[in-house]
Amino acid sequence: MILGNNGQRRSIAWRWALAIPVVVVLLAVPAFAGAYWTQLLTYGLIFAVAALGFNLLLGYTGLLSFGHSAYLGVGAYSVAFMVRYWHVSSMELYILGGVAATAIVSALFGVVCVRYTRIFFAILTLALSQVLWTVAYKFFWITGGTDGLRVPYSDLSLLGGLIHFAGDDTYNKFIHSYYYYVLVIFCACVVLMWLIVHSPFGKTLQAIRDNETRARFLGVQILQYRWLAFLVSGIFTGLAGVLWVPLNGLTTPDILYWPQSGKIVFFTVLGGFRNFSGPIIGAVVYNFLEAWVVGFTQYWQFALGVILIVLVLFVPGGLVGTLLRVLTKTTTSMQTKPKALT
Amino acid sequence: MDILVLQILNSLFYASVLFLLAAGLSLIFGVMGIINMAHGSLYALGAYVTAWVITFAATAVHPAVLFLLLPAGALVVTAAGVVIEPVLLRPLYKRPEEYQLLITFGLLLVLEDVMRFVWGGTPLSASPLMDALGIVHVGEFVYPTYNLLVIAIGVFAALGVWAFVYRTRFGVMLRATSQDRRMASALGMNVGRVYVQAFGLGCFMAGLGGAIVVPSQAAVLGMGVEVLVLAFVVVVIGGLGSLEGALVGALIVSFVRTGVIQFYEELELAVLYLIAAAVLLVRPTGLFGRPQ
Repeated sequence: MILGNNGQRRSIAWRWALAIPVVVVLLAVPAFAGAYWTQLLTYGLIFAVAALGFNLLLGYTGLLSFGHSAYLGVGAYSVAFMVRYWHVSSMELYILGGVAATAIVSALFGVVCVRYTRIFFAILTLALSQVLWTVAYKFFWITGGTDGLRVPYSDLSLLGGLIHFAGDDTYNKFIHSYYYYVLVIFCACVVLMWLIVHSPFGKTLQAIRDNETRARFLGVQILQYRWLAFLVSGIFTGLAGVLWVPLNGLTTPDILYWPQSGKIVFFTVLGGFRNFSGPIIGAVVYNFLEAWVVGFTQYWQFALGVILIVLVLFVPGGLVGTLLRVLTKTTTSMQTKPKALT
Repeated sequence: MDILVLQILNSLFYASVLFLLAAGLSLIFGVMGIINMAHGSLYALGAYVTAWVITFAATAVHPAVLFLLLPAGALVVTAAGVVIEPVLLRPLYKRPEEYQLLITFGLLLVLEDVMRFVWGGTPLSASPLMDALGIVHVGEFVYPTYNLLVIAIGVFAALGVWAFVYRTRFGVMLRATSQDRRMASALGMNVGRVYVQAFGLGCFMAGLGGAIVVPSQAAVLGMGVEVLVLAFVVVVIGGLGSLEGALVGALIVSFVRTGVIQFYEELELAVLYLIAAAVLLVRPTGLFGRPQ
């Protein structure tokens, strides 16, 4: 991961060059895909933001959180509360409020959790996220209980009121505009996360992940770095929760329930957590996969479980990791073969 | 006063079931270093199988024979465990823990849908067993005799597991493997076999927990997912890998839960999770855990 030699620099430049056609395709999607596919892709991009945040902890800091549903939920519920109690309709205010709320929650949870690693970290994050779940579930007079809280898109306004969806037949308009809105935020998040993991801060996290003792001897304040990573990770996932709720139309305690955290882990492993782009691709692919499986069987959990087991057993690098390995294998064999002949 | 007795009995009933579940989880972690996320689903499987067998047999056989069918769920779950360990878990021992956690999460998804497929959405109960034993009078209240049987099974299971782990040759091998797998292997133990047996035993306890609970509470979809987090709370309080810890943790969780339900029902689960978090903060290894 060290950007020392020119070859790696070139390959990174090459990867960014690859991003341009991807963005062009993403921009064109609503033009040729219907509302259904656009909506699915919007969900995919939103969960990609969550997975990006999650992977800062798993891939770059080496901490497996099984409680990231908490931040999705805090993001989603803070929007729902703003709608229910203060009648806010501006998406930008939702983002501000939701991000602030998740920042507070993840800062608090982080203080508790980062003292541990490995299994204990996973269980502690799980337990804390379930505290929020029971609160959302049991205090129904505030949170709506299992009925959840509605966040209707028709009350929503984007870009400080420039775009709104009042009136009839605005659903397609909403899907269309909201897709671009999410796409812009998604791209900003990708760039931001790329800068974070390639900054000195990101490098330090990787050093801690690879060898905690050595990092400590180098004078790194391990807990502070882990806590910051936890905070940033929570905020990204919280932002995904904010973006998710108007598209979904309502939020229920399910978003806080721990299998939702399992889903985030699933995306990331599907794409491959040793890669920057793995979680993004994993999240988008997962959403299409789930929609496809749900389409032909009610036993979609079974199919997803089998896919997860197969992935863990046979494709541990995930989609992106495996693809990269196959690519480098073919390119290196192409380069070395002529040498063997001479 | 009578209500206090009833609440204590309820707590002990609940503690028996939780102990079986958490002790199995803890045993598997202690020996193999794996957190089995599918443990709750195995518990649910035990409940479903027992309920199904007993509903099926209720009309045909005498109630006394029905009690012999009670462990059916536990046996089926054990059989499942003996297959799961070599096929799914064994290839992963050398990999990072994330993968082990994930494969058991995959197993959880699969098991949940298998149960949905086989038994559908309707709750399934083994109430003939409950009815066969009748009730006892506690002051002015009545209490199902069956629940007392569950408490007895819980006590018996705790003693049995203790004797098994600390007083048998197999127990010595189990503890040796959990302390140092390589050394145990170097001394000529068949570690692979100990793993299968430990996993099978853990599954048996989960299945038995489900089997004994189902005559008084129906088996429903999602019960495994719900109970898993509680089992985590128990092992976190007691200490991962410790059987004494599982017992004490189960008692603490059950009594706290009963108390909180009595006074402020909404906080029932939140209090338990907060206790778990507090214990982890003060004593990361739990009350009885050994330092890693």
